[in-house]
Amino acid sequence: MFDSLSDKLDKALHVLKGHGQITEVNVAETLKEVRRALVDADVNYKIAKEFTSTVKEKALGQGVLKDLKPGQLMVKLVKDELTELMGGEVEGINLSGNPSIILMSGLQGSGKTTFSGKLANFLKNKKTKKPLLVACDIYRPAAINQLHVVGEQIGVEVFSDEGNQDPVAISKAAIAHAKQNGHNVVIIDTAGRLAVDEAMMTEISNIHKAIQPQETLFVVDSMTGQDAVNTAKAFNDTLNFDGVILTKLDGDTRGGAAISIKSVVDKPIKFIGTGEKMDAIDVFYPSRMADRILGM
Amino acid sequence: AGKSKVDDDVLDELEEILVASDVGVTTTIKIIKRIEERVAKDKYLGTDELNLILREEIAGLLSETETDSKLGFHIPEGKKPYVIMVVGVNGVGKTTTIGKLAHQFKSQGKNVVLGAADTFRAAAIDQLQVWADRTGVPIVKQQMGSDPASVAFETVQEAVKQNADVVLVDTAGRLHNKVNLMNELSKVKRVMQKVADNVPDEVLLVLDGSTGQNAFEQAKQFTAATEVTSLAITKLDGTAKGGVVIGISDQFQIPVKYIGVGEGIEDLQAFDKFEFVDSFFK
Ligand SMILES: Nc1nc2c(ncn2[C@@H]2O[C@H](COP(=O)(O)OP(=O)(O)OP(=O)(O)O)[C@@H](O)[C@H]2O)c(=O)[nH]1
Ligand SMILES: Nc1nc2c(ncn2[C@@H]2O[C@H](COP(=O)(O)OP(=O)(O)OP(=O)(O)O)[C@@H](O)[C@H]2O)c(=O)[nH]1
Ligand SMILES: [K+]
Ligand SMILES: [Mg+2]
Ligand SMILES: [Mg+2]
Repeated sequence: MFDSLSDKLDKALHVLKGHGQITEVNVAETLKEVRRALVDADVNYKIAKEFTSTVKEKALGQGVLKDLKPGQLMVKLVKDELTELMGGEVEGINLSGNPSIILMSGLQGSGKTTFSGKLANFLKNKKTKKPLLVACDIYRPAAINQLHVVGEQIGVEVFSDEGNQDPVAISKAAIAHAKQNGHNVVIIDTAGRLAVDEAMMTEISNIHKAIQPQETLFVVDSMTGQDAVNTAKAFNDTLNFDGVILTKLDGDTRGGAAISIKSVVDKPIKFIGTGEKMDAIDVFYPSRMADRILGM
Repeated sequence: AGKSKVDDDVLDELEEILVASDVGVTTTIKIIKRIEERVAKDKYLGTDELNLILREEIAGLLSETETDSKLGFHIPEGKKPYVIMVVGVNGVGKTTTIGKLAHQFKSQGKNVVLGAADTFRAAAIDQLQVWADRTGVPIVKQQMGSDPASVAFETVQEAVKQNADVVLVDTAGRLHNKVNLMNELSKVKRVMQKVADNVPDEVLLVLDGSTGQNAFEQAKQFTAATEVTSLAITKLDGTAKGGVVIGISDQFQIPVKYIGVGEGIEDLQAFDKFEFVDSFFK
């Protein structure tokens, strides 16, 4: 089960070569291994299927099977294809506005509040910005306190209005406050919500419409399984978000959700979270992620 | 007369449903094999019967304890305090599940004490305090940054003093591959044994229902560090199915006790394996 994919493919293709007769059917059999490995890494099964048929075309086109080490070449093909799928240019955060407004979104517990802090810290230290953190989670017990503690840790001001039950009003007031006090970035932390929760999806849609953020980010736990596609699609349908943040990559998850999400919404993965501390943030490298998914 | 083989496309469809529910390739193949074997032996008549067989086979993989796990935790008479330590990776719903459990025990007329042994995450103590206030249950807490083992120790001590029935110890979320943090958890567990014999009575591992195959590693490492005795799966009010728990329960022989179905105080249900399996097909 934990054999690396490369070993598996080498074995599978070795067997095939032994038969002396390599056909399209045999390739399909091999790609079944790839598909299983991807599903084991939490890539959505439908996307894994699509992906392997693309790889199949390429493999046949490139004459993989005539190669001396067909397993290695096949793995390279798979890896390159994965990298390309997740990749392109490394895209930063759009900071064009004054203030630039960044809205966080995502499921419960995905890491929005922590990432809000990390991003504020990053922009403050690396981009000499003056961020304002805004507490718009009016539901979770002690969510506002949590953001205040985070703000204190990194020396960034936090705007909150305890008791105010209207996140649209809070975010608008925060932006006014930012303008008055020379904050050039406003990062709005929101409550976690399920995509099927209509009232909560309407709430974030209303916040989005009212503040017109330069950057709307979808924060997702890298341990997410097959459901990642549903959630990403639903949030994207509501918010047309600009980028994805993958959190908790300091664990040992393979992180196949990255591929599922990219395939479904075609938005760049901008940053990753690699720990609980405020400096545990990194830009996203597609090729590293491909290695990780393939267990290499 | 019934058929002794299931059509391939029926099995393919079944395989897709299971994989889409995060059951995982290995467990899915295991389930399908068991169905094929059983059908070859017993024959089956139609879709209804096949569904029944499927439910039974999956339910068979979900580990059971001697008591009826449909009732959730069983607090035996005369075991005071009954100590439940709650563990899991970051953000899965540990603290919320504790709040909901406190409410259930309180409603059953039990005296509950909460222990705020997550001294690390920002405002984790305040969060548990809110749940203590909501449920009207006392809480033992120290400053942020203090030793979690010391909080756990003090919590059990206080519960003994108050002659409380149930103790719920919250711990900080931690990823299972962090050796130091896992050792810390073992220590939290050990220290409580200085106050009372055979505690904790339960180590509840909370899994997020939207987690994929990584939950296996979580179960493995948390079991190694703390001997997990029961599982809870949260966030099943969304579209995620939580199917990975089938393989986990089977492999580690740990029963699933609860599911979380919302953020509210009442949103915790005793696990029902048949309902759980049925949800894959909705
Ligand atoms: N190890 C690790 N933990 C993380 C990372 N990002 C967040 N966390 C932890 O994950 C948990 C949840 O993080 P939060 O920032 O509270 O998540 P959230 O999305 O704001 O949660 P809600 O507001 O309840 O929806 C906390 O324990 C964080 O410390 C990460 O990159 N690595
Ligand atoms: N929809 C839904 N949300 C839940 C459920 N259980 C918990 N949550 C939410 O998930 C988020 C994280 O819950 P917590 O209880 O803080 O999780 P935790 O495991 O204690 O997190 P850390 O202490 O940071 O590791 C919060 O927003 C909760 O309201 C559930 O069953 N359904
Ligand atoms: K569900
Ligand atoms: Mg939050
Ligand atoms: Mg907690």
